[in-house]
Amino acid sequence: MMHIRTEAAERHTLSLTVANEPGILARIAGMFAGRGYNIESLTVSDVTEDEAISRITIVTKAAPEMIEQIMAQLDRLPPVHRVRDLTAQGPHVERELALVKVAGAGDHRIEALRLAEVYRARVVDATTSSFVFEVTGGTEKIDKFLELMREVGLIEVARTGIAAIARGHEVI
Amino acid sequence: MAGERTGADILIETLVDLGVEVIFGYPGGAVLPIYDALFKQDKIRHILVRQEGGAAHAAEGYARSTGKPGVVLVTSGPGATNAVTGIADALMDSIPMLVITGQVPTALIGSDAFQECDTVGITRHCTKHNYLVKDPARLEGVIREAYDIATKGRPGPVLIDLPKDVQVAAAASLPQPAPYRPQTEPDPAAIATVVEMLAAAERPVFYTGGGVINAGPEATAALRDLAALTGAPVTSTLMGLGALPASSPQWLGMLGMHGTYEANHAMNKADLIIAIGARFDDRVTGRLDAFAPHARKVHIDIDRSSINKIVRADVGIVTDAGRAMEAIAALWRQRGHQKPDLSDWYARIDGWRAVRSLDFPASAKEIMPQHAIRRLWEATKHRDPIITTEVGQHQMWAAQHFGFEAPNKWLTSGGLGTMGYGLPAAIGAQIGNPDALVIDIAGEASIQMNIQEMATATQYRLPIKVFILNNEYMGMVRQWQELTYESRYSHSYSDSLPDFVALAEAYGWKGMRIEDPAALDGGIAEMLAYDGPVMVDCRVAKLANCLPMIPSGAAHTDMILQANEVSGTMDDEAKALV
Repeated sequence: MMHIRTEAAERHTLSLTVANEPGILARIAGMFAGRGYNIESLTVSDVTEDEAISRITIVTKAAPEMIEQIMAQLDRLPPVHRVRDLTAQGPHVERELALVKVAGAGDHRIEALRLAEVYRARVVDATTSSFVFEVTGGTEKIDKFLELMREVGLIEVARTGIAAIARGHEVI
Repeated sequence: MAGERTGADILIETLVDLGVEVIFGYPGGAVLPIYDALFKQDKIRHILVRQEGGAAHAAEGYARSTGKPGVVLVTSGPGATNAVTGIADALMDSIPMLVITGQVPTALIGSDAFQECDTVGITRHCTKHNYLVKDPARLEGVIREAYDIATKGRPGPVLIDLPKDVQVAAAASLPQPAPYRPQTEPDPAAIATVVEMLAAAERPVFYTGGGVINAGPEATAALRDLAALTGAPVTSTLMGLGALPASSPQWLGMLGMHGTYEANHAMNKADLIIAIGARFDDRVTGRLDAFAPHARKVHIDIDRSSINKIVRADVGIVTDAGRAMEAIAALWRQRGHQKPDLSDWYARIDGWRAVRSLDFPASAKEIMPQHAIRRLWEATKHRDPIITTEVGQHQMWAAQHFGFEAPNKWLTSGGLGTMGYGLPAAIGAQIGNPDALVIDIAGEASIQMNIQEMATATQYRLPIKVFILNNEYMGMVRQWQELTYESRYSHSYSDSLPDFVALAEAYGWKGMRIEDPAALDGGIAEMLAYDGPVMVDCRVAKLANCLPMIPSGAAHTDMILQANEVSGTMDDEAKALV
């Protein structure tokens, strides 16, 4: 009998500049869904003074030859100006922000605060029974922080997804 | 491994388990494994259509006439895109439908493979929900969930896109996801409010829609009970015809653009409107700021997003239409309310009825289309026929002049307005109701849009009757051109018509032509007497218009009643309205 095989996939961070027009996000998300690509995270915001251009950062997982196809498919959408594969290009900075709500009392509270300090997380809200921490960093750092917080009373997380930019003076 | 089945077997066996008896479909490369699984079983009957659009409309006709969901099976690419119109039609008219589309193998998805299209993307906005299943282990759960979504709550089409390798691959089924459970029970406090509003109303109207039909025979019974209890008059949308018998003294006729004078004036002067399973469509409301200005409005609908979408409701109740009406009737009785004295209200209604807005000029020389429908109704009403239509003037005349006494007997494309619906819908209805008299009242233009399905009727020996009101025009287009564009008939003449009699005979049908008013009754009798499919080319008055009519953007009280009012031009704002 035949069975369905799954293929090995690589994680890539793509950076796009696009025309800031209605429906652009739906076009990109629809293209990914329609062609069976994955979106691990997607962030979007306008980045120019006149609000004409938005920058989109997409983290996707696919086989290497498929990544190239994804880039090409993005590039042929008329409102997409530029597409860069930051992962393939080399050194770049990736950051995301997480808001992490932790509830508890006694030792758990103290431990949560101590760990937050290690991870340079700021307390942005506090009650006698809870904290909200703000933490920024790469995906791995955030994942690790959440893993630790789970042991000391994590009850809710909001993550922004990745924003990324290449190192050096070159621009997209 | 033990318990493993191929995707194709999982599909067929799950459909059988869900009670599916009929599939309307068309084979192709990406569904060959499913067709092979179909070949090896005898529980599901497959009806081979001649184009996938026909399969979707046939499934609609089957669903609308039986209350059971219609199931469609088509191949990838053009198979799926051909079915899209029928899927969109089912969404607009809330028809339960399950569509299975083949897809290229998972490894080729996104590569622009042969007969590939993004079916899930294309149908995202014209299905209630859709799926691309990439793992045969999840297939059974998806089918069961899809069936639930298609049939529960507000019914609609649900599509499952199934890559070819998933049909061939084997897997043991994973447990089902959590069941889909929309809210169906009404809020008792809101029901109590409605009961008191009804008891206090001086000029109440029930405005019912397709939701009452969709809610099943219990809902129709509940409406009849509630109407009898309260004495309130009832009007309905195009989709709701038959819920209350047309012979009831409380029946006002259809409302809206081609509704009766009495229905529209009653809506305009009512102090309480109870909308049940209807959605305040633009064809119903006319100009919104003049719609039912004196009425408090209760809106009962299973779809929360229908309430307050077009018209603000004083009371909105999200619930099954039948359950709501049963609850209102039960509380009415429990509180000991008597039937209110509505004689003043009915006296006004009788004044509007006296306008006789459905009257049309008689003719001894040519067959008036309205007269043809009335004669067809007289000749068949004792047989409780199922009527389908195409879209246009003939559809509105059928809605106006054919009296519907029971639900599920009137199958028409209301929301989407799809020409070409009627013939395949009649095929689906006849498959679901083998002993019923099924008639497609058609126009000569619409019937050509899915005329290939005549062969389907021939193949399965379906004795459907197609009664074409042939006026050699896309009549509704021509009517609007008279109303809006000073009768500049731009491309609305049905040129180069086929010889429908010869065409019928070429397909193995009986073909007939009726041209003389004196031959009308005899012709209808001959059509009905024939044990097999018949196509009747009934030549009718060429320039008759469908009246009464509320022009787009006009108020309920601004009805056109006379043919001589249908001419002229309109300003650009009116021209822009649909």
